[in-house]
Amino acid sequence: MMLHEHTIIELRTGLKNGEFTAEELTLHYLERIEGKARELNAFITVTPDIAMDQARQSDKDRGKGVAGKLSGIPIAYKDIFCTDGVRTSAGSLMLDKFIAPYSATVVEKLGEAGAVMLGKTNMDEFAMGSSNENSHYGHVLNPWDKERVPGGSSGGSAAAVAAGLCAAATGTDTGGSIRQPASFCGVTGIKPTYGRISRWGIIAYASSLDQAGPITRTAEDAALMLEVMAGHDAKDSTSIAAEVPDYSRTLGDSIKGLRIGLCREYFEDGLNSTTEKIIMEAVAVLESLGAVISQISLPSTRHAIPAYYVIAPAECSANLSRYDGVRFGYRCENPNDWEDLYKRSRSEALGNEVKQRILVGTFALSAGYYDAYYRKAQQVRRLIKNDFLEAFKEVDILLSPTAPIPAFRIGEKSGDQIAMYLQDIYTIASNLAGLPAISIPAGMNGHLPTGLQLIGNYLDEAGLLNVAHQFQLQTNWHQLSPPAADS
Amino acid sequence: MTIPDIKKENGWEAVIGLEIHVQLLTNTKIFSGASTKFGADPNTQACPIDLGMPGVLPVVNEEVYPKAIAFGLGVGADIATYSVFDRKNYFYPDLPKGYQITQMDYPIVLGGHVDIVLESGETKTINITRAHLEEDAGKSLHEDFQGMTGIDLNRAGTPLLEIVSEPDMTSAAEAVAYAKHIHQLVTYLGVSDGEMSQGSLRCDANVSIRRTGDRDLGTRTETKNVNSFRFLERAINYEIDRQVAILEDGGRVIQETRLYDPDKDETRPMRSKETATDYRYFPEPDLLPVRINEAYIQSVRKNMPELPVEKRIRFENEYDLSGADATVLTSSANLADYFEQVVKSGGDSRLAANWVRVELLGKLNKEGMELGDAPVSAEQLGSIVTRIRDNTISGKIAKTVFDGLWAGQASTADDFIESHGLEQVSGTDELEPIVSAIIAANPDQAEQYRSGKTKLLGFFVGQVMKETQSKANPQQVNELVKKILDS
Repeated sequence: MMLHEHTIIELRTGLKNGEFTAEELTLHYLERIEGKARELNAFITVTPDIAMDQARQSDKDRGKGVAGKLSGIPIAYKDIFCTDGVRTSAGSLMLDKFIAPYSATVVEKLGEAGAVMLGKTNMDEFAMGSSNENSHYGHVLNPWDKERVPGGSSGGSAAAVAAGLCAAATGTDTGGSIRQPASFCGVTGIKPTYGRISRWGIIAYASSLDQAGPITRTAEDAALMLEVMAGHDAKDSTSIAAEVPDYSRTLGDSIKGLRIGLCREYFEDGLNSTTEKIIMEAVAVLESLGAVISQISLPSTRHAIPAYYVIAPAECSANLSRYDGVRFGYRCENPNDWEDLYKRSRSEALGNEVKQRILVGTFALSAGYYDAYYRKAQQVRRLIKNDFLEAFKEVDILLSPTAPIPAFRIGEKSGDQIAMYLQDIYTIASNLAGLPAISIPAGMNGHLPTGLQLIGNYLDEAGLLNVAHQFQLQTNWHQLSPPAADS
Repeated sequence: MTIPDIKKENGWEAVIGLEIHVQLLTNTKIFSGASTKFGADPNTQACPIDLGMPGVLPVVNEEVYPKAIAFGLGVGADIATYSVFDRKNYFYPDLPKGYQITQMDYPIVLGGHVDIVLESGETKTINITRAHLEEDAGKSLHEDFQGMTGIDLNRAGTPLLEIVSEPDMTSAAEAVAYAKHIHQLVTYLGVSDGEMSQGSLRCDANVSIRRTGDRDLGTRTETKNVNSFRFLERAINYEIDRQVAILEDGGRVIQETRLYDPDKDETRPMRSKETATDYRYFPEPDLLPVRINEAYIQSVRKNMPELPVEKRIRFENEYDLSGADATVLTSSANLADYFEQVVKSGGDSRLAANWVRVELLGKLNKEGMELGDAPVSAEQLGSIVTRIRDNTISGKIAKTVFDGLWAGQASTADDFIESHGLEQVSGTDELEPIVSAIIAANPDQAEQYRSGKTKLLGFFVGQVMKETQSKANPQQVNELVKKILDS
């Protein structure tokens, strides 16, 4: 087994037992990133000097017996996490030269735990997209099929983990941006409860929906990453003050008697038949472990996409106003006056998807339209949340496909916005409700991986990770490697 | 100005409402830890949050709540147990995020009123609609850079309480009386330093004109950012005059935002857009709703200092002062404290009132100084009052002592009196030879007095005072002169 095929848990053991050093491990990943895998375009920025320094420091710490939980584990950050002194572009020309003088709380926490930063991964511009085709730095290829997209917006992170370019990566999920690429790339990705992980230093797309999470090879690794990433942060008023449980400790719990609900509305029109078959086989596996399966209904969930595409653009229209060319970021040449500076800087440096969402959001908040769109969408959001709360009276965890179809071809949906937006049909509702959800590999649709989504009640990340881990103990879908990881 | 009379003759009536922006007296900004100190070099007190950099988040400075609540209690308003921050969206170079965080639908203070005293002595109630918390913007500096605009973001994020009145005022004088009342209240409560020259209290005046007796309001204009009472009066009078002139010509007032130019003593329209501004308010997703419970409100109430009106009534009763004296002496908390200190060390409250009002304030006014800069402390002035009271010095000599202490020639009244030999000559033994000598030296006048021209008593007293360099007790001299001449 090659080093990069190991899980974090295995790498930790290897480092602890002296089978290899953090320096060797980091060098191995850096060589892979700069090797044949470059064609995947998974990284926007590679930071070899920082990585090697951190790896050597980790080896020293280990020698002194002060190694942290993730000491020497090489990881990558989605390029939406601010990293002190290293460019953070959010996949946009607007921030092509932006270097933050601070790091995201997540970056600080992972750094303190000893994780090694390999670089910053590619993404849809400002996290807006489901295919990673909206990046200023070019699209990312799916390691399973280079003709296909890796999903988005955390496409670079999912592709990098799948292709063995890092042991884990961070992502953000506003409407499915961790789970859908995890599904497309055959890796594990969890979006925790809204507020479980600090948003400080993460470039905002839609503040009431954005939530960070890890993308890993296994649920066990996700538990470990989440233990480090989660927690209250005084710098984020929306972060939750609850204690962070020891997720790893509860992974062995039996799921006998656990009530799992299949959301009826998530098995209707538009679901690929092979995907459906894969999901039902996975359900059978969980049933064999003693889980009690039932059907539940989320009647308001069909309004999730329209509600999302009002709320998220509304928030983004304000969040992205700061990109005006005045204090940082892209500035047009020779502006005539400040209005010209704003108009041209924004016109020249923002991509079409971003512009469209800003326009939609601005419209939805306008006088005379606010009640019909924004207020209505917030009402729908409450109904969706209530649906979930009702469902959780009947069952412990909800189960669905992560995405209706497997990874599609590059360019295949770029002309059809509705088809693109429907990618998030199963993932968006949990963002609107703020619930935790995880995607794990559940089978292969031909040569393409297919993910299973589990949605939990508030702060039940432990429950999700436990079910995911129990499933992964019974299956080997998460152990399959894409062709791009062989080289 | 005689505008109000002209207006009345022609049957016009002005309707005025004020929006007063008060900078709260906090150490740091409302959403960041940067200092709010006035006068620093440009952009030295602006942190990444104030600069609106990518990924940063606001956190409310808890210092602002007791200040807003104290104001609300001071005007008899309701304190909202639930209030919400909103984003107010507009583009301007000194607004870093492209939105201002303010409170729209759920302000922290609701209702309330103040009673202002008109020149006629009557009181009038001005109702307050609401007061809400928000952040200040930065400053655009157009003068200092050839063909360019400088941006100073030191002020960006300074906490503001915006106090909105009902349109209850009908003249500039009323508006100024109201603004002064608010100024007095916020400085008393320590809500603001009230330094208007530094922008700590700024007024927006909404002015409209209608036919006397009409119930419908005329079209209003808003004159923004007036930062002195004098300018407020002039701006409103200008606006009344201008609007009356337009209406008398059969024209229509345009609803617009105007600026007052003190150099030209006129208001001018601000460069306006062809369309009305739509601020697209929506709830700030980065901040949680503010919940304030009754116990917290009570704790603020308990710690509130005496209000100006309470203090004025107490001064009238406790110190036996006239209404006019009490009003002047309670015009600011500092002056009231000073007066009480003078009484404490000087003993005689009416004498103290007279000395503070006439001598101290007269001198400060003449020198163009603030009370805080007065070189004579309340204790020193108290020591002068003590010596007047026990007849050590006359009122006239006391002025010399006051001037001496003002000039720093001694540290106490007693030192100055002693070193300058100013102690009142009051013993009959000492005075009698002097009086006798004066009478002997002026036989003609003595003769005339004795023959009935008793007005000459004043001449002899004057001569004695001159001889004693005013140190003689005038009452005693009077009696002695009479006694000797009549004998």
